[in-house]
Amino acid sequence: MKFALKILKDFPAYLWSGWGAVASILLFIAFWDAGNQVYGDLVLPSPLETFKTLSVMLSDESVITEIKTTLYRASIGFGLSLVLGTSLGLLAGFFATASMMSRPIVTILVGMPPIAWIVLAMIWFGMGDETVIFTVIVASFPIVFVGALQGTRTLDGELKEMAKSFKFPWHMKFFDVYFPHIFSYVFPAWVSGLGMAWKIVIMAELLATSNGIGASLAVARSQLDTPTALAIVVIMIGSLMFIEYIILEPIKREVELWRD
Amino acid sequence: MERLEVKNLNHSFGFTKILQNINFTLQKGEVLSIVGPSGGGKTTLLHLCADLMDVQEGSVTNSFVSSSFAFQEARLLPWKNVIDNISMGLLAAGYRRRDAIEESKKIALRFGLEERDFEKFPKDLSGGMKQRVSFARALVLKPSLLFLDEPFSALDIGLKKELQTILIDMISKKEISILFITHDLMEAIRLSDEILLLKADPGHIVKKFSYTLPQHERDDAFVYEQSAKILQDEEIIDTFELRMK
Repeated sequence: MKFALKILKDFPAYLWSGWGAVASILLFIAFWDAGNQVYGDLVLPSPLETFKTLSVMLSDESVITEIKTTLYRASIGFGLSLVLGTSLGLLAGFFATASMMSRPIVTILVGMPPIAWIVLAMIWFGMGDETVIFTVIVASFPIVFVGALQGTRTLDGELKEMAKSFKFPWHMKFFDVYFPHIFSYVFPAWVSGLGMAWKIVIMAELLATSNGIGASLAVARSQLDTPTALAIVVIMIGSLMFIEYIILEPIKREVELWRD
Repeated sequence: MERLEVKNLNHSFGFTKILQNINFTLQKGEVLSIVGPSGGGKTTLLHLCADLMDVQEGSVTNSFVSSSFAFQEARLLPWKNVIDNISMGLLAAGYRRRDAIEESKKIALRFGLEERDFEKFPKDLSGGMKQRVSFARALVLKPSLLFLDEPFSALDIGLKKELQTILIDMISKKEISILFITHDLMEAIRLSDEILLLKADPGHIVKKFSYTLPQHERDDAFVYEQSAKILQDEEIIDTFELRMK
């Protein structure tokens, strides 16, 4: 509770520190506009036109429904890999044999291109929610799993010994010695897992479903509707940036204050 | 009567024998140090005595009511600030949080930490400050028996002397018993009632030295004189391989 309050208290200062980021985004939009002037509206619509399309889309009920569908799939998929990846990763980390054996499996999971998973999932589950959710899980699970595994494997033996010498009860061992260390590995893994899930959900929808923002992107492509396609990209990037910079980064800063 | 008794202790790692037939008793109020070259099994012996390792052969009987351990490195929790680190041992011993914090603040001041350091994380402390925190964490428990694993070896002479003075003060009030391992003979002479010489391969005790002068009456002259004397000893020369080749 105290912790949450501290995050809120430091939030304005954090936002204020974001002017540099805003400047760099504006610079990027300036280059985008230059690209529009060189290549024309069909290839690269201007930022202004894109944002106009975006605001029209966001006031449209049906587009909101598509976004909700995508959010649902992404959160189910990511939520499952978060729970599974974290718990299995911790479990594997506590046993030397399990962590040794899981390494090659993780390599297979990471090495397999997501597009191949989509094809397999389409064969196994058909065209629908399951295919998308499965692909999201398969793509983001190994990232979370490896984070949890590494966190547990790198626990400091000297600190464990210290805890033993002071006869820490089990709850202190867990909350004061193990948890902060493991969390400092698991949390960044969650963040990158989330980024991965968000990218994969769009790709899987584009290929395997008839609804969701991915499918809308496919429709925009077939109708050569570049402004809509770009507006969808803006939705994707914007939401990811919001989650990462407005929600996760302040938490991460507070959690990792003790780090060098 | 509180005491630590080690009988016929043997220990091996795999096929390598580390300790052989170790026997000694530490009585309440005594300071016993074990000196010997690095890699001679000192740390293993101390860990066995402090119950950080399982005894394989022989016995370690510890009837002291409480004990704590100060390590060679500070071993602070990097995600806890100074005061929280010091209070860890108290919390583990079942103190209420508020009392633990209060006690920790008191002892931190006594160990030369300042109020503005209290909220700092270990990454912002110098090596000497970390060791002060580690000492405070061990001593805030008012242990009846203190295990010290070469805790002064990385400190500058000023801080070394300061921490030793605090210990000597506690020793002369008979508040504490200490089992202390070191490779520094002068340090051992300054603090100990009895010194055991541990020779390596495998670690076994070859000689005992006793000092009866109370610790707070030992001045530099005494320490130098005794060090010079001990350095003439055949067993010391042999154990530390001091002979000119």
